[in-house]
Amino acid sequence: MSAPLLEASGLVKTFGTNRVLRGVDVQVPSGSVTCLIGPSGSGKTTVLRSLNGLEAPETGTVRIDDVALDWAARPDARAVSRLRAQSGMVFQSHNLFPHLTVLENVTAGPVLAQGRPRAEARAEARELLGRVGLADKADAYPVQLSGGQQQRVGIARALATRPRVVLFDEPTSALDPELVGEVLRVMQSLAAEGWTIVVVTHEMRFARQVADQVLFLDGGVVVESGPPAEVLVEPRERRTRQFLQRLLDPL
Amino acid sequence: MSTIDWDLVRTSLGPLLGGLLRGTLPLTALSFVLGLALALVIALMRLSGRRVVSALARAYVSLVRGTPLLLQLFIVFYGLPSLGLTIDPFPSAIIALTLNVGGYASEAVRASILAVPRGQWEAAMTVGMNRTTTLRRVVLPQASRIAVPPLSNTLISLVKDTSLVSTILVTELLRKAQEIAAPSFAFFTLYGVAAVYYWVVCLALSFGQTRLETRLSRYVAA
Repeated sequence: MSAPLLEASGLVKTFGTNRVLRGVDVQVPSGSVTCLIGPSGSGKTTVLRSLNGLEAPETGTVRIDDVALDWAARPDARAVSRLRAQSGMVFQSHNLFPHLTVLENVTAGPVLAQGRPRAEARAEARELLGRVGLADKADAYPVQLSGGQQQRVGIARALATRPRVVLFDEPTSALDPELVGEVLRVMQSLAAEGWTIVVVTHEMRFARQVADQVLFLDGGVVVESGPPAEVLVEPRERRTRQFLQRLLDPL
Repeated sequence: MSTIDWDLVRTSLGPLLGGLLRGTLPLTALSFVLGLALALVIALMRLSGRRVVSALARAYVSLVRGTPLLLQLFIVFYGLPSLGLTIDPFPSAIIALTLNVGGYASEAVRASILAVPRGQWEAAMTVGMNRTTTLRRVVLPQASRIAVPPLSNTLISLVKDTSLVSTILVTELLRKAQEIAAPSFAFFTLYGVAAVYYWVVCLALSFGQTRLETRLSRYVAA
């Protein structure tokens, strides 16, 4: 078996006196979908943000493809941004650039950061917008779109820099329920195209149907991991069972 | 005897307009533009992670805000010559006003930068932008919209503050009015005309502020 595309090990992160990550390992094979699930405060978002350096763990290593980072060695901003360039990110609250059009949002990375030719970036951005079903919204401003459309622009923007891995931080949690489907369907199609995806999510149906592996986190550690058919259907750990039970029956 | 000498109003309109166009407006425009540039530098220094840098900026703002503008003008024009540095009235005025605007406006600029959500920095970094590009292409365009109301205040105050430079021999609107009024003692008339000129300029600027706010808010939720 070849080495995983993304590999993180021994991630430890403390906020003040609160140790949110207590040694987390993640391995993501190329072309696979990994779902991070767990109760709020379990550290799943911190794990995701450690993979692109939006959080700086105290110790642990992250490697994506051939770019590796040892957090204990206090890497400088350059090293962190080299790791960050390996991935794209979709945020819970989309974080689109409100002063730019949809097309400019998507070309911002390729043109302003990667220095690619504008015409080429625009053509590719239009193609990406077509793939997320928003070809006709290229000249709109984000404020003119629905929440689901905004999130799909966010996905196109994340893909535009041609990342090796796409990180999703609760991409549907801020959406009205009827808009969740359109975003999940786009994510599902990306998975089918072979993108490598890591998702923090509460959408268990998505995890069931699309994920190749599910990591259940609680208290800053990976309590249980494996294929969704095991972790979500026949969990070995009591904490996993309790968590799934609460999702199933909130009252 | 009539309080307002209408003939004098008519004959002084032109010369006072000259004082406005050759003195007040260039002073305002130059020191505002230079002051804004200085304000951006000071604001970025205050936001810097380096303690010494941000402390320097804080000390500067404190000094500017803690002393009268008139005194700042006097130090540049009357004070510096005793250190062997003599500067002409007009450049002295520009220097003092720029330093003053820089101090005040830096707080508005800093607050506006801080008002741009953290998620904007993060999104820019995840598409590969470095700090400078993020600041230029993502943060400052949004901050400038937020900064329009407070900076308009600064600009409108500045228009009137330029009248203080009449005390260091710069011929602007107020000094022109004094010069014309002195021989005839028609102070009420001339100061009245000058007041109308200041007011009209400030009205025009307020109008411009409203238009600018409308234009910049096109991408913000209604």
